[in-house]
Amino acid sequence: MWYENLRSIYYIALKDMKTYYLKPPAISWGIVFPAAWILAFYLRNPRNFEELVPGLIAMTVLFSTTAMEVVVINFELRLGSLERLLLAPVSLSGVLLGKILGGTVFGLMITAVITLASVLSLGLFSVNIIYLLLILLPSLLVFSSLGALLCVLVKEVFEAQTLANLPRFLMVFLCGVFVPISTLPPVLKQIAYVLPLTYTIDGIRQSFGGAGDIAIAIDVVVLIALIPVLILPATRLLARRFV
Amino acid sequence: MAKAIEVAGLTKAYDGLVAVDSISFDVNAGEVFGFLGPNGAGKTTTIRVLTGLSRPTVGSARVLGHDIASDIVKAKKAFGVVPEQSNMYDELSGLENLIFMGQLYGMPRLEHRTRGEELLKTFGLFERKDSKFATYSRGMKRALTIAAALVHKPRLLFLDEPTVGLDVMAARSLRTIIKRLKESGITVFLTTHYLEEADMLCDRIALLVKGKIVAIDTPARLKAMAEEKPALDVSFKIPLAKAADELGRRLPGLAVVRADDRIRIYGGDADVVLHAILGYATENGTQVAAVSSLKPSLEDAFVKLTGLSPLVMAAEKGGR
Repeated sequence: MWYENLRSIYYIALKDMKTYYLKPPAISWGIVFPAAWILAFYLRNPRNFEELVPGLIAMTVLFSTTAMEVVVINFELRLGSLERLLLAPVSLSGVLLGKILGGTVFGLMITAVITLASVLSLGLFSVNIIYLLLILLPSLLVFSSLGALLCVLVKEVFEAQTLANLPRFLMVFLCGVFVPISTLPPVLKQIAYVLPLTYTIDGIRQSFGGAGDIAIAIDVVVLIALIPVLILPATRLLARRFV
Repeated sequence: MAKAIEVAGLTKAYDGLVAVDSISFDVNAGEVFGFLGPNGAGKTTTIRVLTGLSRPTVGSARVLGHDIASDIVKAKKAFGVVPEQSNMYDELSGLENLIFMGQLYGMPRLEHRTRGEELLKTFGLFERKDSKFATYSRGMKRALTIAAALVHKPRLLFLDEPTVGLDVMAARSLRTIIKRLKESGITVFLTTHYLEEADMLCDRIALLVKGKIVAIDTPARLKAMAEEKPALDVSFKIPLAKAADELGRRLPGLAVVRADDRIRIYGGDADVVLHAILGYATENGTQVAAVSSLKPSLEDAFVKLTGLSPLVMAAEKGGR
């Protein structure tokens, strides 16, 4: 049974890559939007750009994964093709995990390009690859799961994109992408520590040799713990849509 | 006889609104079982419950021997579903769609392509195997959706309104496919609101109204339920103005009425009625042009058993 579920998860993710990776919402929100922000910040202040690299990589993880979840879930909810998957011999959580895996792989591809370009263009060769992977992989899964959780709440693609922008921008402004968390007022600081992007940025910063506010092991543990915390309610909400 | 579907006291309610109300029925293995009823009767809800897309509020059902509440994944391996909407993937070609279905149902890797191509040939889509699903006509989309439900060689096929929205030729072609499926031993559970379609295809039919089953039987027996009295239609080569009155006098106790250029005679012994007709024709210097026995249609049975007009059903879905 578990083997059959794993196989279905793999094929659903593979199908989503083939079907949806070139959809306009995935390109505009998942690639163009983070790339435009990165370029804007580079042009504004090219000298201290290295300091912004961890935040911008984290932002890429956030936008690429959530944008893809909107496409792989809400396109199919709207067209009724998600039902086709649910009619196959695969559990509902298996279908959702396939969708999350599709978003994770898309995010990984975009993030890998941005990270590689940053490392090569800025000469950031001191990066600790193992730390970086330990942070990026759970982060990709966390934000894909967050995207899935938001997407199953609504049916239309535009509704999901709008809904996803709420936590996206909240995290971009509070979690240290542009402004260090230490400079935030105490209340906002407390909120920042509840948001997953804080741990992603903190971990990426330490991977690039910077100083972190939290031990990298804690960043990794928090991110891994958040994956089921997001997937379980997403599965329940999806089940409620159909049952 | 082995049962493909066993349903006992099944009820499905949404927010207090009862869509399916305590229905019970069995579907025999190898038969085409029709679920006939107007929009909102509960046909699609029943399919959704039986295929695991929805949980029953009350009651139980077994599909191919598997309890739908506890063992639905195993049942899914052995049945295929054709939803009312042709919901394959627009961005994939016809063949890619079928290969994906093969992958999803765990078919051996080497069989994905050959099974897909075999089905495309069966459904006359092989020439368009590499075209995207989005470019298919409505009839082709329907055919591919049915093909997709057959990829894993199911023993039972659920067909939800298979011919809705199709032109006459495409609908006819699909009916031929359904007949072939039955011949190949597949049990078919078919929902439709087209009476003539149900009559043509189904071994047995359940009439569903407002979530309740009002009758289950073969089309012939359902029609017989509507047959109150046998009736004969007769016309003469030279129409005679007073034929109805005269025949009425010769056949006391029987209702004889004029219907356009024909005379309709209800009830009575066929031999006596025919003698009266022939005697009347001879005496009046004419000949009988045609005599036919009137049989009730499934439409008559539907109207009698449900109290609904079949025109309502046709109008609801833009019927042919």
